[in-house]
Amino acid sequence: MNLGIPNLVAFAETLEALAENDHKIVAVTSDSRGSGKLVAFVKKYPDQIVEVGIAEQNLVGMATGLASTGKKVFAVSPSCFLTARSLEQIKNDVCYSDNPVNLIGISAGVSYGALGTTHHSLHDLAVLRAINNLNIIVPADNFETRNAIKLAANLEEPVFIRFGKRAMYDLHSESSKFELGKGIKIKNGKDVAFIATGETVYPALQAAELLEKEGIGCRVISMHSIKPFDEVLLLETAQNCGAIITVEEHSVNGGLGELCAGLLMQQGIALPFKIVGIPDEYTATGSQLEIFQHYGISPEGLFKMGKEIVKK
Amino acid sequence: MSNLAIQKKSVAYRKKILTYIKKAKAGHTGGSLSCIDILNVLYNEVMNVSPDNFHDPDRDRYIQSKGHSVEALFVVLADKGFFPESDLETLCQYQSHYVGHPTRKVNGVEQNTGALGHGLPICAGVALAGKMDKKDYKVYTLLGDGELAEGSNWEAAMVAAHYKLDNLTAIVDRNTLQITDRTRNVCNSEPLAEKFQAFGWAVKEVDGHNFGELKDTFLSAPFEKGKPNLVIANTTKGKGISFMEDVLKWHHGVPSDEEFEQCMQELEQFTNTFETVQ
Repeated sequence: MNLGIPNLVAFAETLEALAENDHKIVAVTSDSRGSGKLVAFVKKYPDQIVEVGIAEQNLVGMATGLASTGKKVFAVSPSCFLTARSLEQIKNDVCYSDNPVNLIGISAGVSYGALGTTHHSLHDLAVLRAINNLNIIVPADNFETRNAIKLAANLEEPVFIRFGKRAMYDLHSESSKFELGKGIKIKNGKDVAFIATGETVYPALQAAELLEKEGIGCRVISMHSIKPFDEVLLLETAQNCGAIITVEEHSVNGGLGELCAGLLMQQGIALPFKIVGIPDEYTATGSQLEIFQHYGISPEGLFKMGKEIVKK
Repeated sequence: MSNLAIQKKSVAYRKKILTYIKKAKAGHTGGSLSCIDILNVLYNEVMNVSPDNFHDPDRDRYIQSKGHSVEALFVVLADKGFFPESDLETLCQYQSHYVGHPTRKVNGVEQNTGALGHGLPICAGVALAGKMDKKDYKVYTLLGDGELAEGSNWEAAMVAAHYKLDNLTAIVDRNTLQITDRTRNVCNSEPLAEKFQAFGWAVKEVDGHNFGELKDTFLSAPFEKGKPNLVIANTTKGKGISFMEDVLKWHHGVPSDEEFEQCMQELEQFTNTFETVQ
């Protein structure tokens, strides 16, 4: 498996490529061009960047105004600020007013691990899921990131995309297909299924490989699309696999795991089921990987959980 | 349009505002009456916007940041022909698009507002797009004076000056009252003109019920090349109805049958005065 580049860089490169042929593309930043890897974009396309300063409410408000005139706007800011400081602008200006702003939450989850809770976004999927008229995408690798950005540029609907800043392994082949609202199966075993999203897909895949060595067949799904959600794939997985473990770089409250649990319960489907994410506590400190390790979002941690769940 | 015609419209609009608030048993009466003359002048004398050009990228834009004064906006949009006035019979009723704040479900409304502090940032974005695309359109937003406590306004005020958005005009409906008390007693926003000037805006202060003054002021924008425009419109909450003027309880008070009758009589007398003047 190849180590790719950070999804953040894949985003910036994709946006640059899109901007070359489409003058309607505009990046809006809140002193975040460096964090967003957009310095090259700014040099190449100085007329397609809007800087608003450290003012995230205004970032989303301005992005709304720009988008309302037909521009293809990418509002780029750390996810922690973008989805908390400017939540009301996302809810009202973007979603309720139906302006096709692309909200790019950079360094999401615990990417800024050691900077502490102010810089973590473990709430973003939960709060944004509760807002009508917003597509939510959490890409796992460069392929998913590039496709998500290309899709968002021309969707003419509000979109939120969040990713981290560490290099990601390539999870998909050239023939893989990226579709909004469709999860991607990476492994197709039957004993236990890891339904993971974003940067937790890779440790889930590594855990699956460890489990397979012990004769436990694993399904691994990259559920990049949180909204719209691939309910069909979830239900088919529940019918054909012995157990489900959901994995996310997010609070266990209101994210992917609870989304899956809610859908399964309403279909009357019960099976061994575990939600793995960041528990509702004062978050451990350290790098992203250390925090992952701490909460079992690691090959070893998920391997252990996989073994335990198939015993049930 | 003649001054008399504009005056008559303002009286007619006031009658309609009160009629539909009465029927809906809800509404922001005082604020709608304080800003209606501003909307009258903008839509009938200043802005290039109509049902025919509403989707034209070159149209002027108006986004009502103080969304709660929606009744004022709705009666003006109906008068401009954006929708049949009879639609307003459904104001605040089950499944009506005509809710208590502007929404784009209503023809003529540019953006959904209602949460305060949102109009100015959005308008700054629209105005900046106009500059980027070398368009001549103008962008207007109406703010309440109490609303200026929202910090997002000041974020937008800074950036509008930074980008020299002289195609943007923000109007403050300075009626000096908000739901709790006098604005100066809740969180004093004065000296308002000096604050905006310090942020890099060009400021003019007008009588918000003087049609000629409003028109001349709006048409004189940009007040200074390269600076966004602020119009501080001194208004009276509940303007036009003796017992509502400058009285706090009419922020969202609904007139009783008797009070409504008195409103209509007072407005009728205003109309008669105009005819005498003519």
